Amino acid sequence: MPLTIPKQRWTAEVQTATIGATKEEGGTRTSTVTIGGEQTLPFLHFEGETPNRPAIAMEVLDEQPSGWPEPLAQHYEDVWGDPAAWAQKAVEEFGADLICLRLVSANPEGSDASADQCAETIQSVLKAVGVPLIIWGCGNDEKDNDIMPFCSQAGAGERCVLGSATEDNYKTICASALADGHMIINESPLDINIQKQVNILVTDMGMDLGDIIMYQVTGGLGYGVEYAYSILERTRLAALDGDKMLQMPMLSIVGSEAWRVKEAWQPEAEAPEWGPLDKRGIIWEAATATLFLHAGTDILVMWHPEAVARVRDHIDEMMSGQPV
Amino acid sequence: MFVIGERINGMFTDVKKAIQAQDPAPIQQLAREQVAAGANALDINVGPASSDKLGAMRWLVETTKEVVDVPLCIDSPNAEVMRVGLEAAEGNAIINSTTGEEERMEKVLPLAAEYGCPVIGLTIDAEGVPRDANGRMEVAMRIVQACMEQGIATTDLYIDAVILPVNALQQVPQEVLNTLRMCKALSDPPPQTVIGLSNVSQGALHRELINRIYLVMALANGLDAAIMDPLDTKLMDAAITAEVLLNRSVYCDDFLKAYRK
Repeated sequence: MPLTIPKQRWTAEVQTATIGATKEEGGTRTSTVTIGGEQTLPFLHFEGETPNRPAIAMEVLDEQPSGWPEPLAQHYEDVWGDPAAWAQKAVEEFGADLICLRLVSANPEGSDASADQCAETIQSVLKAVGVPLIIWGCGNDEKDNDIMPFCSQAGAGERCVLGSATEDNYKTICASALADGHMIINESPLDINIQKQVNILVTDMGMDLGDIIMYQVTGGLGYGVEYAYSILERTRLAALDGDKMLQMPMLSIVGSEAWRVKEAWQPEAEAPEWGPLDKRGIIWEAATATLFLHAGTDILVMWHPEAVARVRDHIDEMMSGQPV
Repeated sequence: MFVIGERINGMFTDVKKAIQAQDPAPIQQLAREQVAAGANALDINVGPASSDKLGAMRWLVETTKEVVDVPLCIDSPNAEVMRVGLEAAEGNAIINSTTGEEERMEKVLPLAAEYGCPVIGLTIDAEGVPRDANGRMEVAMRIVQACMEQGIATTDLYIDAVILPVNALQQVPQEVLNTLRMCKALSDPPPQTVIGLSNVSQGALHRELINRIYLVMALANGLDAAIMDPLDTKLMDAAITAEVLLNRSVYCDDFLKAYRK
């Protein structure tokens, strides 16, 4: 008897979003990235279209990171401290689809860089690479509200993605994104209800549904990532079921989460049973990224070039629709 | 929940007048208002407004279609009027309705197959509306079988368990709730369920209260769709809230606003 594969009939699809603006569109990007549009759960090609492949953004810090383990340092120590060169390397050598620029230097408890300095950094990175930009503040709400309007202006017309709007702090970043033609990241603390609420607050301010990307604060493999998976999956199920307020594409932070866990960075001398350090972190990051891909994530923010290469291969296989 | 707006019906005086005067404005306003209030489809019923039922149906569908793009629920006991409505709606329609009578299914179900649109099946047979849930299920089963024979997906069939006024037949609302639950065991995948909500309160006092409470009860018993008045804000609020409480939609603090966005 022939096997009939049961197909779920979904009533809706994920929003499609294009990041970056070319010269014709009022920016200076040489490439743009289109994500979203899924009509089914990840890679179920027999059931519906997955018109756009998930994208990989590589993270660039605007100052030298401290305490990065050797497997990461060896790839970045020649460029850290120079975000433009770092971004260039990520694009030209490692094939990043986008750059995720994190303005850690603005942190008042660290270098406390000024808004002007941050804006300059953004302009230098925009000049150095042609891919679209995700611009993230330092994580201190008060300081981010000071710098983001300037950062937003520095990239006006480039259709960058600004991160991030939260339930308690969304007005400044939202107004900046609206004024300068950017997209926005809506963040929530691993909570689908708050995610939906932030989406409503931001659309109340006039943000278009197609200009929003959702981000749930996640964890790395082995540190509660299963819960993150279930939240992302539930969000995607709600989207496909027709919940307009949860239909935006999703982003996951992978690099910093994977490399935060001790299994990824602890030296071999301290944990010989865990195997060689130069493989562990890469596997940890690639496995975390793969898991998010299958939960429905549309943009992965990653660190290690080899983890990026492995995940890109996996996306190729999944998008080909052929059995692996 | 799938909301089918009930207001474009020649039984209502404003609609009747508009049909007779061929005045599109009131019809189009009702269409826009119902969709803005959350209707996913609009019922279109000529009612007693005109002797030229074919012409009136075509005019109503075309007039409505000019301003909204939701499916139109072509509501007529007459297969010819229905065909005219389906043609005018260009397939973006729901057939309202067939009964479980052979003669009627033979006329209506081929239209559903031809236009590829969902169809509402009333649990009524030659003897009328069955007394209880078991009787309704017998008729529902016959409709499911007939749809399968015509190649109509069971998910495109809406079983309407025929709610009757509570002031006249007080046992019926409970029998309909039982039917809603039993329908989900009819086939896999099961047919969808729908009720013509306002019938439950026909001729009664406190109509809005009765409609509102009964809709929530029906949703809790698995109801998928209702032909109802989306302009009744309290009714819509109750439905939206019920869906959150039944975990059919994701809660957020502004869940009422979220539904209407």
